[in-house]
Amino acid sequence: MKTGARTLIEALQREGVDTIFGYPGGVVLPIYDELYDSSIRHILVRHEQAAAHAADGYARASGRVGVCLATSGPGACNLVTGIATAYMDSIPIVALTGQVPTALLGNDAFQESDITGITMPVTKHNYLVKDAGDLDRVVQEAFYVARTGRPGPVLVDIPKDVSTGQVLEGKPVPETVSLRGYQPTYQGHVRQIEKALDLIATAERPLVYAGGGVVLSGASAELLEFVEAAAIPVTTTLMGLGAVPGDHPLCLGMLGMHGTQSANYAVTECDLLVAVGVRFDDRVTGKIETFAPNATVIHIDIDPAEIGKNKKVDVPIVGDVKAVLQAFLSRMQKRGDTANWVSRIGTWKAQYPLGYRDDDHLRPQYVVEQLSDILKGEGVVVSEVGQNQMWTALYYCFKKPRTWITSGGLGTMGYGFPAAIGAHYARPDLPVVDIAGDGSFQMNIQELGTVAQYNIPVKVVILNNMYLGMVRQWQELFYDRRYSYTELPPVDFVKIANAYGVEGLMVDEKAGVREALETALATDGPFVLDFRVEREENVFPMVPAGAAINEMIGVRQQ
Amino acid sequence: MKPHTLSVLVENRAGVLSRVAGMFSRRGFNIESLAVGTCEEPNMSRITIVVNGDDGVVEQVMKQTNKLIDVIKVSDLTKRESVERELALIKVAAETGPSRAEILQIADIFRAQVVDVGSKTLVLQVTGDAEKIDALEKLLRQYGIKELVRTGKIALLRGAKTVKSSK
Ligand SMILES: Cc1ncc(C[n+]2csc(CCOP(=O)(O)OP(=O)(O)O)c2C)c(N)n1
Ligand SMILES: [Mg+2]
Repeated sequence: MKTGARTLIEALQREGVDTIFGYPGGVVLPIYDELYDSSIRHILVRHEQAAAHAADGYARASGRVGVCLATSGPGACNLVTGIATAYMDSIPIVALTGQVPTALLGNDAFQESDITGITMPVTKHNYLVKDAGDLDRVVQEAFYVARTGRPGPVLVDIPKDVSTGQVLEGKPVPETVSLRGYQPTYQGHVRQIEKALDLIATAERPLVYAGGGVVLSGASAELLEFVEAAAIPVTTTLMGLGAVPGDHPLCLGMLGMHGTQSANYAVTECDLLVAVGVRFDDRVTGKIETFAPNATVIHIDIDPAEIGKNKKVDVPIVGDVKAVLQAFLSRMQKRGDTANWVSRIGTWKAQYPLGYRDDDHLRPQYVVEQLSDILKGEGVVVSEVGQNQMWTALYYCFKKPRTWITSGGLGTMGYGFPAAIGAHYARPDLPVVDIAGDGSFQMNIQELGTVAQYNIPVKVVILNNMYLGMVRQWQELFYDRRYSYTELPPVDFVKIANAYGVEGLMVDEKAGVREALETALATDGPFVLDFRVEREENVFPMVPAGAAINEMIGVRQQ
Repeated sequence: MKPHTLSVLVENRAGVLSRVAGMFSRRGFNIESLAVGTCEEPNMSRITIVVNGDDGVVEQVMKQTNKLIDVIKVSDLTKRESVERELALIKVAAETGPSRAEILQIADIFRAQVVDVGSKTLVLQVTGDAEKIDALEKLLRQYGIKELVRTGKIALLRGAKTVKSSK
């Protein structure tokens, strides 16, 4: 016989788990006791929200399932924002929570909360384990559900008496999971694929609109091969950045609310839109009625519920993006004549480059550009939420998938720093940089304790405008510059970092940017860079809420 | 906008009803009626849901329902030949005298059964489609309906066809 806690740890090991981000408490004591001398590494965070984000960052950087662990009640509730963040971006994590003993369930026992009930809307699935004998099966199912199909978070709630309960040793575990209510479709329908290829062969102005699904399915190579073979320009969503190299001649950068002019014009003018692993989010489409108004739409996605949800689709293809693109490549016989279109787009790109005022002020875009120039795509860049996120998306040149980690769907401030910690454990070989806002960083600033304790070499680059900048930008543009509660008083971030034992540097001159970044990156451990940037810089171009995506403000013309 | 009858085959597990119902309310789908119970398969239940919406909404409802791991199969019975029934129990005021006789007559016409006889009330049991039950309710209202309960609609495909597992 062995305990439920032991069974759990062995089940995690069978799933290949090497790292858990967690925080202990009463009902998870039996699990922590097993972790004490287990081969699984446990990283003690300073807040459970950070454990969930770290598991999520680990998953995004590695493509494997991230794992976090928290106690019942407050611990479990603190995970919720992190789980919801992962859910919105379809990130595979398994969240383990302790629960009060089964005999006390429903009694408002100390630190009881109905975490399976609470997380039902933000998990792909969840489990309350009532019998230690179920642990093997449940853990196996949880990982399977999290990583297959459209990935997503799965929560497993484990009452204390299940952890201490006895399980028969040597009970065989099934080789594969089979759930009669869950059978994702991986291969696209051949007839639909043929239909799509016919359209591709005759389109004059085709455009690929690629999203996070390409990254999740590991289909970057196939996508690149496809757009090159078919000579189709490609624009990506925020989540899709890095799916194709940002400096590729066919790449138009990001589309949508803060998309590039060329991308948004291309969407509006295209006659065929090939949507790959995307969900026509409102931040992408703007006014949906005017999104790609002239286009026939092909939509490839593993989740049938996304097809036709927001935009009418002419050729739906349900399947794994990678498998469908492989089928495209093996079946494609003819490509359309897109030369005129590609050259027109080239003209747009030259005519409407991104840009900002290049004077001697320290502007946030410059910091991002310098970082991009130093890392050359060979690093993992994480962002917080707000202007910092959009400047990173626009001014950093992502060249590979899984090197860009950001909270897209939920837009969770405070996500970046803990996610960067997770990314480090997934890719210890790469430098990991969190581009932060001063507001966002303060939402999980306590994780300085974690990076200090384990000497995690995450670099925090604060684009410090002493504002909740993105909100201030909206107030400036749409609320008559009434800056209602968006100003943040100056904070000495270097002192805070130092207090935790982390090195830091404040930079308030453009001339100091490059050297500071290089110093931080050359340092072995964590580092905090506080860049005092131009305070009222805006993210442009911008599509105002409710407008069509070709109706941008703050545009520039070369 | 018209009502659609969905037959949803689910794992008979704790929480499955709240998963389905929660998804409906979260996504703003309106449940007209819902009936749940065990079915011919062991470890499975069948939920019959009547939902209002145009075809696009109902398609989303079905896809989102299908995504739930504990949901095995979802079918829209509206477009297919099916039998649909609802059961209601109606407690109606029926003092002895002419009204009681009238009520019994109405019950007879509707093939409702008297399942309880009290000195001041009768409890009628009626089965049929929603319109029939509505009609009976309307007729009995003049006598005074003390209490009324309806099961919500249940439905099956006609003939040999079935709504079985394998999504
Ligand atoms: C948890 C959370 N609360 C509120 C918001 C709304 N919000 C979006 S951006 C933003 C400002 C972010 O400020 P900062 O981190 O300093 O970034 P900046 O925009 O200045 O670069 C706010 C408050 C959010 N996205 N997340
Ligand atoms: Mg700020």
